[in-house]
Amino acid sequence: MISVKNLSKSFNGKSILNDISLTFETGKTNLIIGRSGSGKTVLLKSIVGLHDIDSGEIWYEDTMFNELHFKDRKKIRSEMGMLFQGSALFDSLTVEQNVRFPLDMFTDKTLEEKNDRINFCLNRVNIVNANDLYPSELSGGMKKRVAIARAISLNPKYLFCDEPNSGLDPITAILIDELIKELTEEYSITTIVNTHDMNSVMVIGEKIIFISDGSKCWEGTKNDILSSDCETLNDFVFANSLAKKLRIMNK
Amino acid sequence: MISFLTQAGLYFLFLKKVFSKPEKPVLYYKQTMREFVYLGLTSIGIIAIISFFMGAVITLQTAYNTENPIYPKYLIGLGCRDSIILEFSSTVAALILAGKVGSNIASEIGTMRVTEQIDALEIMGVNSASYLVLPKIIATVLFNPVLTLIGIIVGIFGGWIAGTLSGVITSENFIYGIQYSFIPYYITYSMIKTVFFAFIITSVSAFQGYYVNGGSLEVGRASTKAVVYSSVLILLFNVILTQLLLS
Repeated sequence: MISVKNLSKSFNGKSILNDISLTFETGKTNLIIGRSGSGKTVLLKSIVGLHDIDSGEIWYEDTMFNELHFKDRKKIRSEMGMLFQGSALFDSLTVEQNVRFPLDMFTDKTLEEKNDRINFCLNRVNIVNANDLYPSELSGGMKKRVAIARAISLNPKYLFCDEPNSGLDPITAILIDELIKELTEEYSITTIVNTHDMNSVMVIGEKIIFISDGSKCWEGTKNDILSSDCETLNDFVFANSLAKKLRIMNK
Repeated sequence: MISFLTQAGLYFLFLKKVFSKPEKPVLYYKQTMREFVYLGLTSIGIIAIISFFMGAVITLQTAYNTENPIYPKYLIGLGCRDSIILEFSSTVAALILAGKVGSNIASEIGTMRVTEQIDALEIMGVNSASYLVLPKIIATVLFNPVLTLIGIIVGIFGGWIAGTLSGVITSENFIYGIQYSFIPYYITYSMIKTVFFAFIITSVSAFQGYYVNGGSLEVGRASTKAVVYSSVLILLFNVILTQLLLS
């Protein structure tokens, strides 16, 4: 479980996150939703320690993560996997080398064991016959899947996904969403997904947190979201014309 | 002034991060070998071409400026040798490398920053500054002296070719000139300068790339800054080192 208590973050005096308190549950797909610029990515990057926070606490189980020094964070970091918005695959490495990288860096496995793990991870995300391709030779969906394979190569306890289906067609986006959900359930991972895609919310959202202007506005499940009283949330959820029509029909 | 001091402070903190203990030395070793190829071996061609023509021009200009019966002809060879060893093979070559290697490093690391590849390393718990920059510094500091030696040899060869083909000096006079009153310490001086310049080029360029904030435009700017700052520092340290080593 990951807990965030009274987290605030600003850049050059401009407040981005204001006194946010959240809990992300183990074995569930926790979604952070909100408009572009609402502070979702800053929140996620603060939770994983890429941004130093101004005040507040970030807890990974019983450990206060934000108090730890870079070296002391390594143990928790070795239990993290992250899928970035642009995949963030290493350009100079092939697909196989990308997945191999964390294994080489943090394990003492034999070559055979590493190869087995790489093939397992790539098969798990349905990447076949692409081991020797470079990221520039892959489609957007394949890049995301390779990035997921890299993220799960060390059996993470925590999986963070920043806009996992941005720039993907709806069918590939659903495949990526389903893959994240399956992995979360399969390995009982604490997964946090940043998204503004309502389709993702309805497909994988088990616990949903809505952020607006750097503050938590609403928290609930996908079943609650359509009947919320929160105006800001409703403006977001029913922003497109199809959703608006459905809402009117429901009423 | 405050901005300059902030940048200087940030640069030294960056160096502290770069020179921290590697997570897995064997991976750093592999990365260093890769950098030997990318930053070192691929620079041999440009260094050879520039040195050849520089040697040729120095010989022709020295010959033009010493057209006087009082001056012995072998001075043309001596002038070519000393100019190349003392200044051209180290300083001018470093300025060229600041353009080629410096911009390459800044844009590579800058692109990694804006495409979140550095964040991906950090998330894994890898010291990204050390993993990305230390192998480059080791590779250039070790390989640039080799480039300097190549520059010296090819430069003097270029001078000999230009001098003999144009007829401004005979082959015997030139060879006598490059052997005349040779001071081996000049080579040491040139190597020391090269090592300093290699460190400046790599660390300054990596620093510019590592702290890029924004998109492709900023990567381009970082690349330009890397070349400009490296070049200015090379010229500054050239004066300082010359005063320290030759006075």
